[in-house]
Amino acid sequence: MSAHTLLAEAGCHIQHGCAFPAPGLNSFDFKPIFSIGSFDFTKPMLLAILCMLLVVGFFWAAFSKPKMVPGKLQLVGEIGYTFVARSIAREVIGKKGDKYVPFLASIFFFVWFMNIMSIIPFAQFPATSRFAFPVGLAALVFITYMYLTFKTHGFRGGIKNLVWIPGLPKPLVPLIVLLEFIQNVITRPFTLAVRLWANMFAGHMLIVMFSVATWYLLTPSAFTAVAGGSFALAIFMTAFELLIQFLQAYIFTLLASIYIQGALEEGH
Amino acid sequence: MMIFLAEEGSQNPLIPDTAELIVGLLCFFIVFGILGKKLLPNIQKTLAERHDAIEGGLERAEKAQADANRTLEEYKAQLAGARHEAARITEQAREQGAQIIAEMREEGARQRDAVVAAGHAQIEADRRQVTVSLRQEVGKIATDLAGRVVGESLEDSARQSRVVDRFLDGLEQSAASSAEATR
Repeated sequence: MSAHTLLAEAGCHIQHGCAFPAPGLNSFDFKPIFSIGSFDFTKPMLLAILCMLLVVGFFWAAFSKPKMVPGKLQLVGEIGYTFVARSIAREVIGKKGDKYVPFLASIFFFVWFMNIMSIIPFAQFPATSRFAFPVGLAALVFITYMYLTFKTHGFRGGIKNLVWIPGLPKPLVPLIVLLEFIQNVITRPFTLAVRLWANMFAGHMLIVMFSVATWYLLTPSAFTAVAGGSFALAIFMTAFELLIQFLQAYIFTLLASIYIQGALEEGH
Repeated sequence: MMIFLAEEGSQNPLIPDTAELIVGLLCFFIVFGILGKKLLPNIQKTLAERHDAIEGGLERAEKAQADANRTLEEYKAQLAGARHEAARITEQAREQGAQIIAEMREEGARQRDAVVAAGHAQIEADRRQVTVSLRQEVGKIATDLAGRVVGESLEDSARQSRVVDRFLDGLEQSAASSAEATR
């Protein structure tokens, strides 16, 4: 059994001769809920499906029968929609960005809901802290980026758009071409996925850390005061994570739209 | 709900789990499909309609405002035209009045002059007539008187008229000289 389960069951406290069960990578690995052959259905998958249902359900309730004078739910949905359509797509891509609003909005809300799961009681785990989820979305963004680049500029123009910066002194050209290639084709999708994953991973780790420490230190002794401090920090981190969850979803969507804009722009 | 993997030694967290990757993508495609195909176009249409309704209302208001302004301008122009016309008519009337007065004044002066001239002529004629009759009368009286004094009839008309003329001439001369002296 994992350290946490032991902790909860056996009452592992500081004065019981129990070593501090520090949270680690094992906090992100779950036993399968059920298995079909070699396919293990785990909690992060359940959360992803739940988020899918929540996003679709919310927008279905808000937008399935839209009214000229919106109700409360529709108004909230509209605020979310216009946030992505105006503050991200229009702002970054311009008028041409209207076509990509459904893609960007889907990314934003799906990612945001998966992030929020980090602080929802009983879920308490951000699905995006499992690398596979950011990787899948980043891959989709990258495929869109490449597709639009070559569709807009053709093969030669697309390559040029990816690696070429005009007006460079001759000796620098090979170096810059290499750097641009690495940045646009390798670093961009990688950092897009890692940024989201690492933020959610670290956030979850901190919350688990302070929560476990609170329990661990909670003994009839002076350590209880420290446990109180740890508990306060866990609460604070939870509130802080609420901000980070939104911010990371926003940044992920913003970067996706910046890549799309780069693919659509004339020249470089 | 704490169901962690049994083995403690975890694998590299940067290697994505294939099953999760598939589930994640599937979930995203469902979200994207439903939102992109139905729900977001729905709301986009509603937002556009609302925008149109508001814009349309504003446009109508602007158009009404423009119409009102144009009508106002027209009225103002008409009013200005009417004022101008009135001023023109007043000016014309004043001119005509002045002209009429001048004409009447001229006519009055002419009539007065005519009356005065006629009066003068009448007076002159009367005077002449009186002078003539006076001369005859005085001559007759004088000759009668002289005849009585001289006892001789001065019937001879030629002589008579000569005597009378000489007398009267002398009389007129003395009158003229006395008038000279008084002046």
